[in-house]
Amino acid sequence: MKPPEFGYSRPESVAEALAVLGSLGPDGKVLAGGQSLVPLLNLRLASPGHLVDINALAGLGYVRAGRGEVVIGALARHAQVLADQAARSVQPLLAMALAHVAHPVIRNRGTTVGSIVHADPASEMTAVLALLGGSVRLASTDGERVVAADRFFLGSFEADVRPGELATEVVVPALPPRAGCAFTEISRRRGDYAICGAAATVALSTDGSIERVRAAYLSVGPAPVVLDLTESAGDPESAARLATERIETSGDIHATADYRRHLVGVVTRRALTAALAHARGRADG
Amino acid sequence: MASGGDGAMGSGGAVTNPTTGLFDIRLTVNGTLHAVSVPARRLLSDCLRHDLRLTGTHVGCEHGVCGACTVLLDGVPVRSCLMLAVSADGSAITTVEGLAAADGTLSAVQRAFKDSHGLQCGFCTPGFLTMITAALAENPDPTPEEAREMVGGNLCRCTGYQNIVTAVLRAAELTRAERA
Ligand SMILES: Cc1cc2nc3c(=O)[nH]c(=O)nc-3n(C[C@H](O)[C@H](O)[C@H](O)COP(=O)(O)OP(=O)(O)OC[C@H]3O[C@@H](n4cnc5c(N)ncnc54)[C@H](O)[C@@H]3O)c2cc1C
Ligand code: FES
Ligand code: FES
Repeated sequence: MKPPEFGYSRPESVAEALAVLGSLGPDGKVLAGGQSLVPLLNLRLASPGHLVDINALAGLGYVRAGRGEVVIGALARHAQVLADQAARSVQPLLAMALAHVAHPVIRNRGTTVGSIVHADPASEMTAVLALLGGSVRLASTDGERVVAADRFFLGSFEADVRPGELATEVVVPALPPRAGCAFTEISRRRGDYAICGAAATVALSTDGSIERVRAAYLSVGPAPVVLDLTESAGDPESAARLATERIETSGDIHATADYRRHLVGVVTRRALTAALAHARGRADG
Repeated sequence: MASGGDGAMGSGGAVTNPTTGLFDIRLTVNGTLHAVSVPARRLLSDCLRHDLRLTGTHVGCEHGVCGACTVLLDGVPVRSCLMLAVSADGSAITTVEGLAAADGTLSAVQRAFKDSHGLQCGFCTPGFLTMITAALAENPDPTPEEAREMVGGNLCRCTGYQNIVTAVLRAAELTRAERA
C-alpha cells in the first residue's frame, strides 16, 4: 500500500515541463491532482519511471468562460470549475455533472482535465465532453495539437495522449440558446463511481418543437457512448426504449448486464425529462 | 532512473540532495516549521506520522476512500494519503493535533463530537474533525441535509453516522455562539 520508487520533477514553467516530459518519453507520467494516479501507485497498479508534478504550473489553473465556450486549464481543480459562476452560465452541464464527481474533498485536489485524460469509463466529465463535442489541447516539444472528444477517448483508461505530451486545457462548447441539459446517475452511495449515468441535451426550434435530442452514457462501455435520440421527439419513454435497444451493456461486479440495461432506460428517462424542462425554461425565460 | 530523480533534470522547485538522493522539503505543520528529507514516494500521511511523529492523522485505506487521513492543506481539506510529501513542500498543514487551542481547550468541532457521542473507537475521527472544521468555515449554518452531505465522503465503521451528523449541527451552533 505504498508507492513504488520513481523519479520526481516539479517544473515551474510549461516549457520546462514539456522539456522534461520530452526527455523522459514513455518513462514520464504527469502528476496532476493525484486523485486517480496516487491510488494506482499505492495499490501498485502503476509503476511509472518518473513523475512530472504539474502542481507548480499555477498559470494553468484557469477557468475561462467566453461567449461560445468554457476553457479549463490543466490545473483547475474540480471544485474550482464547479464554483465558477460564469462557466456555469455558459455551459450549465459542467456544474450539473461535477456535483456527481467524487466527494468535495477529492474535488479540492482532482483536476477536471486530469479526469478527462484518465478516461475512466465511469468518469462524468468524459461523457460531458463527448456529448458537447469538446476538445483537448495537447502540447509537447514538437508543438501543439487539438483532439476532438470523439477521437480522444480510445478505450477504457485510454486516451489519445502520446508520450511527452501534456494536456494543457480542454474546451467545452457553450449551451446554445433554446437548448437545455441535464445530468443524472445511479451509484450505490452519493459520490461513488456511477453504475450507470447519462448526460442529455435537448435543442428546441423557434416554434418550440424538438429539434435535436442527444445523450451520452458513462459506465456502459470502455469509452463514453453518445446517442442521437432525436427520433424520440423528446418523449422520455420512447427515448428510453431507443437507448436500451442501442446500447450493449455488460455485467461486472457492480451490476449484471440486465440490470445495467434497465438502468440505461431509467437514466435516459430522467435525464431527458429534466433536459426538456431546462430547455423550455430557458426558451421561455 | 534512480529514486529522487536527477537534480540536473529540471526538477524545478523540488531539490534533490545530491548525497542522499532525498528531497529536502519544508512543511509548516500546525504553525511549526519542519525541515524534513523524504524520498519522492513518501506519502504526506506517512511523512506526518513517521517523519514528524504526528500520529493523530490516521491511515485507513490509502486509496482515498475512507477519509481518515484528511488534513487541511493551506486551509483546504485534502486526503493526505493521495499526496506526495514532496508535492506539499512549502505549504501550511493543519492536522487534528492543531485543532485545539495551545492550552488544550478543545475546538468547537471537537467539543461537539464529545458532547454528541460523535465517536466510538475514534479511528475515523481525525478525518471528520479536520474536514468539518473546513466545511463549517465555508458554510457556518448547514441544514440537516447539508450536514449529511458534508460528511458523505468519510467512512465510520462504528457510529452509524447519526451522531456525527448531530455533531456537525452542534458544532455549527457552538461556532456561531463563539463568534456572537
Ligand atoms: C474516493 C474517490 C472517488 C472518486 N470518484 C470519482 C467519480 O465519481 N467520478 C470521477 O470522474 N472521478 C472520481 N474520482 C477521480 C477524480 O475525479 C480524479 O481527480 C480524476 O480522475 C483525475 O484527476 P487528477 O487531477 O487527480 O489526475 P491524476 O490522478 O494526477 O492523474 C490521472 C492520470 O491522468 C494523467 N494526467 C493528469 N493530468 C494530465 C495532463 N494535464 N496531461 C497529461 N496527462 C495528465 C496522469 O498522468 C494519470 O495517468 C475519484 C477519486 C477518489 C479518490
Ligand atoms: S487513508 Fe486516506 S482516504 Fe483512507
Ligand atoms: S468511531 Fe470507529 S470508525 Fe468511526
